[in-house]
Amino acid sequence: MEKKQLAAVVASIAQDSVITEGLQFVEITVSPENLVKVVSALKFNRETALDLLVSLTGMDYGTDLGIVYHLRSTTFNHMLVVKTRVSDRENPGIDSLCSVYKSAEFHEREVFDLLGIKFNGHPDLRRLFLDSTWGFPLRKDYKDDINILGK
Amino acid sequence: MGIKGIKKEEFRDNETLAKLQESGANVFLASIDGVINWGRKNSLWPLTFATSCCGIEMMAAGAPRHDFARFGMEVYRASPRQADVIVVAGTITNKMAPVLKMLYDQMSEPKYVVAMGACAVSGGPFYLNSYNVVKGVDHIIPVDVFVPGCPPRPEALLYGMIQLQRKIETETMKSRKKRSESHNTL
Amino acid sequence: MEEAVKGVVPENEEYVINMGPQHPSTHGVLRLVVSLKGEIVQNVQPHIGYIHRGIEKMCENMTYPQIIHLTDRMDYLSAHINNEAVCLTVEKALGIEVSDRVKYIRTILSELTRIQSHQLFWATFGMDLGGLTCFFYGLRDREKVLDIFEETCGGRMIVSYNAPGGLMNDIHPNFQKRTKEFIKYFRKTIHEYDDLLTGNVIFQERTKGIGKVTREDAIDWGMTGPVGRASGFSCDIRKHNPYSAYDRVNFNEILYNEGDTFHRYKVRMDEMLESMNIIDQLIDNIPEGPWTEKMKPVIKLPEGEYFQSVETARGELGVYIVSDGNKYPYRVKFRSPNFVNLAPLNIMSKGSKIADLVAISGSLDLIIPDIDR
Repeated sequence: MEKKQLAAVVASIAQDSVITEGLQFVEITVSPENLVKVVSALKFNRETALDLLVSLTGMDYGTDLGIVYHLRSTTFNHMLVVKTRVSDRENPGIDSLCSVYKSAEFHEREVFDLLGIKFNGHPDLRRLFLDSTWGFPLRKDYKDDINILGK
Repeated sequence: MGIKGIKKEEFRDNETLAKLQESGANVFLASIDGVINWGRKNSLWPLTFATSCCGIEMMAAGAPRHDFARFGMEVYRASPRQADVIVVAGTITNKMAPVLKMLYDQMSEPKYVVAMGACAVSGGPFYLNSYNVVKGVDHIIPVDVFVPGCPPRPEALLYGMIQLQRKIETETMKSRKKRSESHNTL
Repeated sequence: MEEAVKGVVPENEEYVINMGPQHPSTHGVLRLVVSLKGEIVQNVQPHIGYIHRGIEKMCENMTYPQIIHLTDRMDYLSAHINNEAVCLTVEKALGIEVSDRVKYIRTILSELTRIQSHQLFWATFGMDLGGLTCFFYGLRDREKVLDIFEETCGGRMIVSYNAPGGLMNDIHPNFQKRTKEFIKYFRKTIHEYDDLLTGNVIFQERTKGIGKVTREDAIDWGMTGPVGRASGFSCDIRKHNPYSAYDRVNFNEILYNEGDTFHRYKVRMDEMLESMNIIDQLIDNIPEGPWTEKMKPVIKLPEGEYFQSVETARGELGVYIVSDGNKYPYRVKFRSPNFVNLAPLNIMSKGSKIADLVAISGSLDLIIPDIDR
């Protein structure tokens, strides 16, 4: 589906979200409360049919923490980018997408490990690569004077 | 693509051994040492320990083109109790370091260590700016031979094993006892 | 110890064993904590992170040409294809169109990389199941591909031949002759592979019907690459979103419907033949032209986000770069295929014997540094 057409269909599904057209894909920004509802609507709708979660990226925007989801449709071969942000850096929490996409389980464990974002409703949220006393390396304010020399 | 090997005269030429024989080692003990060292160096069995990319080059060194078995490293043993030498091929991270120490402690004397690849020698391409890499495996276990390269060619690994064989040739019973006492970390 | 067995709860007849980070199958440092009842697997928990080198954090302090040297070492058996992914993202962001010569050479080298990766898969899969002969035959033929790489790119396995804007240097004059000789040799010897392993009764008993994955499960779990294609999920990026010279060649996408271990193996065998067909179509027609575009000495991407996926030998590798206008990226994320393929190992091997667990994890063809990055 073309970008304009896809943007129109997505706008009709998710009424109160911000939809922009980026350089490559259509991007939609949702609030953390509506995340599971919007994404499962996008998955089961016949015209968008976004049934493959390609990638789940944790981001540190400086003041906020956020997640970027790349979704693709296997029938129509179009891609959509879903973004969400949370501004609490001490105890960030976002709803888990494990009920919608099964592959989100490992991805969310990795984001919890490296960025510290907790996922509500995740069946087994443990740290994946590092042990439980390590900090959160991918945050921008991670201090490690011995190893990371900086620019 | 001719690759120069090591000449036989150079291979036999061992300064430490020559000095030892000059200083007059005991004839009886020297010949026993010679036989034991000959047996040990020609039959070093490595442990299967490969972490990352250098592991594939170690496998290629055992493959038909650059054959490891002609030097006596006939089989790879999976259990550390049955192995003589551990070739640390690949990056060691903070999570893997205790495992490596445990494996080294489980090997029985005499045991040797070869650090293969830039990551095992000094941290390699991950030396700067990585929060989880041990910068050189000699922070954890004592190393006999360092083989540089990223990854080293199989011929370079064979050269490193030949150097280890030359080192074994210079051992005597006294130096072996001193060495295993200094490495006793249990 | 408590943390290690969490999620793998032992009951009265169950016991827990540890296939620890160092084990003789050559996949790398993967730790599987397995709960067994007799010989039947009840639950498998993978523990990873033993080779987590922090590549994504390191990339935030490195320039774009330096990132390419790190991607080589992630999935080291598809090193050239990983480099190509980062180069394509940077070129897409800067809006550069590389010359046809570069596209053809990149495609030929990618297909050679795929062939040598599948040869190593065949060698180690046979060795895992007990047939040590496969190790020697497979690695003997792989050395011929590595000779081609060494002459042109300088390195056997870690090549670093791509650079943003084109290649590091032009190809060696012998490249075409050697590649054609290799294809002629390998078309004759690939029948040995079928004779040794595919038609073998013991191999078929050990792999047919083991570890089935349906098509819906493959899509839900996000399994791409030969693993997904063996279940009927058509996910080849070379067909759906072509890049480099893939839109100018004819080739088939190998799909089977059964989704068991035997067909995951068969997909890779057939892919080797398709790769040779692709190389045949391209090797005689490499056009003349520049081997690199003119690039600035310091590469700065304009502000924004860029995503590109390529088809490595194991699945879809996605590169996601967020840039804020400096010469260092703000965030780099690698969507690695092995990370996603490992997750359903528990589901696939529930109820099978422990020897089948080795066959299943061998057929997934995992490279652990790609999981941990």
